[in-house]
Amino acid sequence: MGQDLKELKIELSKNGIFTTTLEELYNWGRKNSVWPLTFGLACCAIEMIATTMARYDLARFGAEVFRPSPRQADLIIVSGTVTKKMAPQVVRLYNQMPEPKYVIAMGACAISGGPFRDGYNVLKGIDRYIPVDVHIPGCPPRPEALIHAFMTLQKKIDEQSLAGADRPRHLQAELPSEFPVPEFGEHGLEPSANRDVFAAQPGNPLKVLQ
Amino acid sequence: MSALLNAEDVKAQIEAGVPGSRVRVIQNGSPSAQHSLLLENEHARAVAEFLRDDAGLRLDYCSLVTGVDWTDRETSEKVKVRKLVQAADGTEQEQEVEEVRKTRVPGYLEAVYHLFSMEKKHGPVILRLRTANRTNDTTLPSLTPVWRSAEFQEREAFDLYGIVFEGHPDLRRILMWEGFADYPMRKDYVPPADDVEVAEVHR
Repeated sequence: MGQDLKELKIELSKNGIFTTTLEELYNWGRKNSVWPLTFGLACCAIEMIATTMARYDLARFGAEVFRPSPRQADLIIVSGTVTKKMAPQVVRLYNQMPEPKYVIAMGACAISGGPFRDGYNVLKGIDRYIPVDVHIPGCPPRPEALIHAFMTLQKKIDEQSLAGADRPRHLQAELPSEFPVPEFGEHGLEPSANRDVFAAQPGNPLKVLQ
Repeated sequence: MSALLNAEDVKAQIEAGVPGSRVRVIQNGSPSAQHSLLLENEHARAVAEFLRDDAGLRLDYCSLVTGVDWTDRETSEKVKVRKLVQAADGTEQEQEVEEVRKTRVPGYLEAVYHLFSMEKKHGPVILRLRTANRTNDTTLPSLTPVWRSAEFQEREAFDLYGIVFEGHPDLRRILMWEGFADYPMRKDYVPPADDVEVAEVHR
């Protein structure tokens, strides 16, 4: 929405006339009912559980409904170390989620491999295979950090436009909604990364480079 | 607290109980002083059965099996040799000279077993088995038929170090997937190069 329209809207509301757009209403609904997948990998999952419990109460953000099936989930929180043996399953779960879908990579391991980066068995960041919307550092990140990531995601959803060239991936038919599942090779996962993951993000500078 | 067993005593009991077997005690210089027993591969099964069944020892519980990779190494020692040495005035004289002598010790893989007795409440007794080398002859006798608890841990040592346990009932990889070709806990293991290269591309 343009700046002029925003100012007009504020001006109208001062005079007792409330306006909205379909886009705003739609995004407002979507961002306040993000349903995460019940899915934890390591110690970060414990912090994720703590985030949903009474003290930190993720329900305040409309995300208390953890769905046990990827078919019903909007968000996958990759909470913990992704081993090379687990990576194909994580990608498969992502592929099984319906659009629009989002990914939070939670903790040092999920974003880069963390302390296990030099090991033989840990994937060096889940963003090698699936597009990550929000990365949170920390080992593990505190519940406040996950809530911050969640609010960042809500902001991102709120800013998505339904039309135009910069509309999100799930509204662009030619962009993929599923990504190839890596296979177990002789020396590691094959391929070791999917270079198209970042190219698939609209407005990504890497897209221009390629 | 379990009672400690003297490694030398256990060695003597094994050599008396299993005819033809020779055991070497490998000293552990640390304060724990848990000396271990190096067995010969051909007698390992018989020794293991003896340790488990002997009325005095009754080592009925194998708590740990692990692998160790000992790479090829060089030892150097200083030796005194008598040699003709050119003196300052040009004449040759026979003198005692110190020389560094280097010996190459070929590497091997090792399996380590920690044994306890639940019945006698003593232990640990530590066994070591060594392969002939690290490359083409890496077989060892499996002790799973003696202690069932060794099954998964011998598979782990096979998976990560490449020690082939003969007589193991189900020797498959346990942590890495089927079709994986490397032994990642070996000291000369190099992770695939593209693992690192891609990280540079992302930056």
